[in-house]
Amino acid sequence: MSAIGTSWGRYPHARQAVVPLHWRDAALPSTEGNMLPYGNGRSYGDVCLNDGGTLLHTRGLDRYIAFDPASGILRCEAGVLFADILDFAVPRGWFLPVTPGTRFVTVGGAIANDVHGKNHHGAGTFGEHLLRFELLRSDGTRIECSPTQHADLYSATIAGLGLTGVIVWAEFRLLRIASPWMAQETRRFANLGEFFALSAQSERDYAYTVAWIDCAASGDSFGRGLFFRANHAPVTAATRTPRQRRLAVPFTPPFSLINGLSLRAFNELYFRRAREGNAIVHYEPYFYPLDAVGEWNRIYGPRGFLQYQCVVPPAAAEAAVTELLKRIAASGTGSFLAVLKVFADRAPAGILSFPRAGTTLALDFPNRGAATFSLLDRLDDIVAAAGGAVYPAKDARMSGVRFRQYFPHWQSMLPRIDPKFSSGFWRRVME
Amino acid sequence: MKKILIIGATSAIAEVTARIFAARGEALFLVARNAERLQAIKADLDVRGAVRTATATLDVADVAAQQAIIDQAERELGGLDIVLIAHGTLSDQGECEKSVAALRREFEVNALSTMALLTILANTFEARRTGTLAVISSVAGDRGRQSNYVYGAAKAAVTAFLSGLRQRLAKSNVDVLTIKPGFVDTPMTANVANKGALWAKPDAVAAGIVRAIDKRRNVVYLPGFWALIMLVIKHIPEAIFKKLKL
Repeated sequence: MSAIGTSWGRYPHARQAVVPLHWRDAALPSTEGNMLPYGNGRSYGDVCLNDGGTLLHTRGLDRYIAFDPASGILRCEAGVLFADILDFAVPRGWFLPVTPGTRFVTVGGAIANDVHGKNHHGAGTFGEHLLRFELLRSDGTRIECSPTQHADLYSATIAGLGLTGVIVWAEFRLLRIASPWMAQETRRFANLGEFFALSAQSERDYAYTVAWIDCAASGDSFGRGLFFRANHAPVTAATRTPRQRRLAVPFTPPFSLINGLSLRAFNELYFRRAREGNAIVHYEPYFYPLDAVGEWNRIYGPRGFLQYQCVVPPAAAEAAVTELLKRIAASGTGSFLAVLKVFADRAPAGILSFPRAGTTLALDFPNRGAATFSLLDRLDDIVAAAGGAVYPAKDARMSGVRFRQYFPHWQSMLPRIDPKFSSGFWRRVME
Repeated sequence: MKKILIIGATSAIAEVTARIFAARGEALFLVARNAERLQAIKADLDVRGAVRTATATLDVADVAAQQAIIDQAERELGGLDIVLIAHGTLSDQGECEKSVAALRREFEVNALSTMALLTILANTFEARRTGTLAVISSVAGDRGRQSNYVYGAAKAAVTAFLSGLRQRLAKSNVDVLTIKPGFVDTPMTANVANKGALWAKPDAVAAGIVRAIDKRRNVVYLPGFWALIMLVIKHIPEAIFKKLKL
C-alpha cells in the first residue's frame, strides 16, 4: 500500500501528522492545527491531504455493527473498505449499491466524495443509498444524521470532503444479486454521435453503462471507442471463480512510462483487439480492472499524475466533449484509460455532489509540470463555458474561481464545516 | 464448530484472529477490560458469522477473579477447545529502570497473570485430554536487550513456562502453542515512529496464528523470517552483544 498521507495521484506532496483512530467510542485527539479524516488515500489530488496539519487515519475503524440479511441493510464503521464489504456480501447474495472503479475505498471516503459508478443513470450516487451516519465533531459532540435528522449536516457531509467532522459509522442498503457474474455486451462506436445514441438506447435495459474512448485518435478515427453495457447475471452455469492475477508495479520508474508514442500504440491495439458481443464476466475484472495491478499509479513516475474528470450538461455535451477531446489529442498527452459516461438528471445527495445531468469524461495526465497545468486550465475554460463542473475527488489544481462556478451552492457549506477541520483542497479553492 | 476463549480480546492481533474464527463459524468467548469495546468487537464478529459470542470483563492482573471467568466461559460455550491468551502491555523500559513498582506491575500483567491463567486451564485441559492452549509471547523473550529487557524478561518467563507445560501436557494430547510475533503495527506500538520493512500488519500475524493452531505447531515466529533473525541474535557472543545498540 502507498504511504499514509499521500493521495493516489502522488501529487501534490504534503507533510502532516497522522493519528490513527481505532475505537468508535474514543474522542478525537486534541491537535494544535486543524484535522482531516483520511481513509485509504484513493482520492487523486488533495481532498485527502492536509499539509501542515493532522490526518485522522480512519482505517482502524473497520468493524461491522449490524447486518440484516432480510433487507440487506448494513451498518459498519467508516474505515471498512468496499473490498471487505464485497468479500462479505457477495457470497450472501448482496452487492454494493454503487461502486467507483476501485474497491479499495473506505465507506467514509465514499460518502465524503459521494462516489458514483457505471450505474449512475439508474442508481445515482452512493449517498443516495445511505440511511444514516454518525458524525463526530471536534468539540466532542456526536450527531446522528439522516434525511430527517440534522438534514442540513447530512447533506453537507455527503460529498463534504471530510470537512464537517469524522464519519464514525454509516448505515446503507445493499443491492440484491443472484450471482457474482455480470452479463456484459461490448459494442464499438465510430464517433461521438454513435456513443450518445448507444447510451440513450441502453439506459433502460442495462444497469451499468460506460464507454472507453480513444483520446489519442484524430481525423477519421476521432471519437471512436468501445461501449460496455451490463447487468448482474442471473444464476448462471458459470461457476469457476476467476483467480484474479495479482500483478504489481514493483517500484517507481525514474520517468513516466506513458508518453505520446506508447499511448497511441496502446489505444490502437485496444480498439482493434476488443471483441464485440456478449460475455459473462466475474464482477471483479468487470468493475475493478485496475485493482488487479497493485500500485498502478507508479507508472507515471516520481512526479505523479493528474486525473481530470468533468461533467458537461446535456445540451452542450456533444460540442463540449468534442472540443475537450480535440484539445487533448492536439496536446499529445492524455491517458490510455479515458472514460465517458452519461449521468442522469437526479437530485444531488450532497451540497457539493459532483454528478449532475450531462456527460462525464475522465482521464489521467502524467505530470509534466507547467504544460500539463496549462492544458488543464484550458480544459476548465471549455467546461466552465458549457456550464459544467470538475470532480474535487480527482482534482489537485482547479482555481477557487472555477470551484465556485462549478459548485454554486458552496456557501451553504460554510456554517456546517467543523471549525477545526480543513484540507489542502479546501484552502486552495477558498483562496 | 470450535469453542474458543480469547483473553485480551481487544488487542489488535486477537481481534483480527477472532475475525478469522468468526468467518469459519466458530463460537467465541471474549475477555478484556473494556466492556464497551468488547461489545463493538462482539457485534462485528456476530455479523461476520460467529455461531455464538459472549463477553466478560476482567483485569487479568486480578488473579483471584480468573477462575470464575474461565468457569463462565466453559458454561456459556459448553466446554472449551481452544484458548488464545493475547493480553499484554508494552512496558516503559525507562520507568521500569527507576521504579520497582513499575517492574512488578509489568511482570504481573505480562508474565504472572498469564502463568496463573495457564495453571487453571492446564488442569481442565489435562483432564479433558484434548484442546489447544495458544499464548502470545514475543521475540523479545528470546534474549534480553537494553531497550526493553523488562518486557523481554517477562516474555522469557512465559516462553519457558510454556515449554515445560508443553512437555507435561503432551501426554494428555493437549497442544501448547508459543506464538512469538516480531514487530507488529498495532495501537500498542503506535508510538514507534519510522516503522520499516520488519513491521508486519496484524492480519498477517493473525493468519499465522490460526494456521499454527490448525497444524498443531509448538512454537511459531510471526512472520516466519523472525525465526532466522532471532537465531542470529541468540548466537551473538555476550562479549560482542553487550556492546551492541539493539
